[in-house]
Amino acid sequence: MKQPLTLRRLLWTCAALLVVLFGAVLVALKVGAVPISMTDLAVDLGRVIFGRTAQMQSDYRLIIFDLRLPRIELAILVGAALSVSGAGFQALLRNPLADPYVLGVSSGAALGAIIALIAYPGIPLVTPLSAFLGATATIAAVYFLGRRKGQLDSTTLLLAGIIAASFLSALIIFLMTTLSGRDMRGMAFWLMGDLSTPLQESLRWVFRVGLVAGVGAIYTTAADLNLIATGEREAMHLGVEVTRVKLVVYVSASLLTGLAVSVSGAIGYVGLLVPHMMRFLFGSDYRILIPTSAIGGAIAVVIADTLARRVMAPTELPVGAILAIFGAPLFLYLLRRRFA
Amino acid sequence: MSSGQNNVVVAMPPGKQPAWEATVRLNVEQASYAYHSRGNAAPVFTLAATSFTARQREIVTILGPNASGKSTLLKLIAGTLEPLSGRVELEGFETSRLSPRTRAQRIAMVHQESPLLFPTRASEYVLQGRHPHGRGLRFETGEDLKIAEEALAQVGATHLRDRWMHEVSGGEKQRVILARALAQQPILLLLDEPTLHLDIGAQVELLERLRHLASENRYTVVVVTHELSLAAEFADQVVLMHHGKCLRTGTPAEVYRRDLLEQVFEAPLDVEMGPEGRPRVHVRGARPPAES
Repeated sequence: MKQPLTLRRLLWTCAALLVVLFGAVLVALKVGAVPISMTDLAVDLGRVIFGRTAQMQSDYRLIIFDLRLPRIELAILVGAALSVSGAGFQALLRNPLADPYVLGVSSGAALGAIIALIAYPGIPLVTPLSAFLGATATIAAVYFLGRRKGQLDSTTLLLAGIIAASFLSALIIFLMTTLSGRDMRGMAFWLMGDLSTPLQESLRWVFRVGLVAGVGAIYTTAADLNLIATGEREAMHLGVEVTRVKLVVYVSASLLTGLAVSVSGAIGYVGLLVPHMMRFLFGSDYRILIPTSAIGGAIAVVIADTLARRVMAPTELPVGAILAIFGAPLFLYLLRRRFA
Repeated sequence: MSSGQNNVVVAMPPGKQPAWEATVRLNVEQASYAYHSRGNAAPVFTLAATSFTARQREIVTILGPNASGKSTLLKLIAGTLEPLSGRVELEGFETSRLSPRTRAQRIAMVHQESPLLFPTRASEYVLQGRHPHGRGLRFETGEDLKIAEEALAQVGATHLRDRWMHEVSGGEKQRVILARALAQQPILLLLDEPTLHLDIGAQVELLERLRHLASENRYTVVVVTHELSLAAEFADQVVLMHHGKCLRTGTPAEVYRRDLLEQVFEAPLDVEMGPEGRPRVHVRGARPPAES
């Protein structure tokens, strides 16, 4: 009998994916209205590593470190957060089609974020907190609406999610009509998923810590999630503290969704598609699925955002639209191939 | 109460039964339960106080028609329900008070299969049984692999190792599920209607295997079933359930009384005594087999 997963295989897989991510980041740094050659980029990176940033040309430093890099970091944070929360929801709800977007969790977070933006503009921490609360409340509501005769029914659950999403979107549109024209366009962009608004300096550490804490908390339950995906009752008989694990994943996945939505709006397909691709490539063991989904999600959003900046240049597209254009057909393909 | 089982079928040389053979491993003492639909409404279903004991290598069958309280009793034994009154003890520990992890190290449950969310290979499925014995991310050790391999061999399913669980037949799946339970290395093996989706050949094979495992691995086995004939053939002790009450416990010969079975199963039945004190049950109207 072969070992299903060894630490060695886990680390090598993650390392390989990190190399791909690094490549994607380099391309994203290079491509833009001001093209930067790879050699310049390499030299500048070398300078950063050796702490000689003062030697860099100031306009390059501005473009690379003040414009492009923060946006790339945002893409990485959002991509990792959404994929891991999607993978978590899929195990928790025993539904391979679950994802924060489909379940309405993203819309709930968006509503929370908008309420905070309207009611308390300019107070930094309130928006992500309110988005988190919106996400938590939505998933709780969808969970209870998705049950029939005390059992979680996967079709009912997805329908409940879709209906919750459309209901919440209607509320969001109501709130948006109270805004002025200029704010409204920004808001509409944000709703489709957009990374062009840079993260406030004061919030960066909140996001980094939030991401690591959320992903880390879900990862501690990875071995348990494998069994919960087999069935809650069976997991319980195999020694899993089902209630505790579900609570941990539920809170962490909502936290990750709330964080992502509060900065980037409702980006779809990442949480659905990336875990599926990783399952397809590396198997459905959650011990390897969580870290690969985190890195894979980061890669997907970095690439999509680079495309969003460049395909219609100088006009920028919302990254959510790019992901949906590529994501929907790819997902249909995976769906038919895997579950037909 | 159990009436001094002597484990006649166990392959132990007579007169060489060690002392532990006689000690009670599972003690169900006046255990009762009640389901409420909501808060303080009258209970929708009650399980009246039930008692029996079981030793190692013993197969206990909880027998009864649908909705007789069999599964509730099994959940009380498994410790997933806490008895309303009375107690269920496994080697002196109340099963409902054990942590899920400790419980899973001692008690393995074989359910009717539930659908899998993602495709899983039989070997990975069996390795899940090692979960309660690991920590953290539980990277499988060489020992885990060895135990899982042995478990597959014990149920005669080594050849299924690399097959997908959704591609094997019902009988094969049941064997792999049983192998996962064995990989837990429990002392108490519980099975909930294990023969439900099996044809008669696979049913007999499963029960033969359980008998063998009980003696080989020193398990105490508790099987919930409504299969009268199979219970008669394989049980050391029968707990007969009806409308949430335990009507009688004892050897098949003691429990299989015609009036009692007819009352419980609400069907005209004939009971005759076969060899080795194992009763045979026929539905009246159908001709008994010619061999007697």
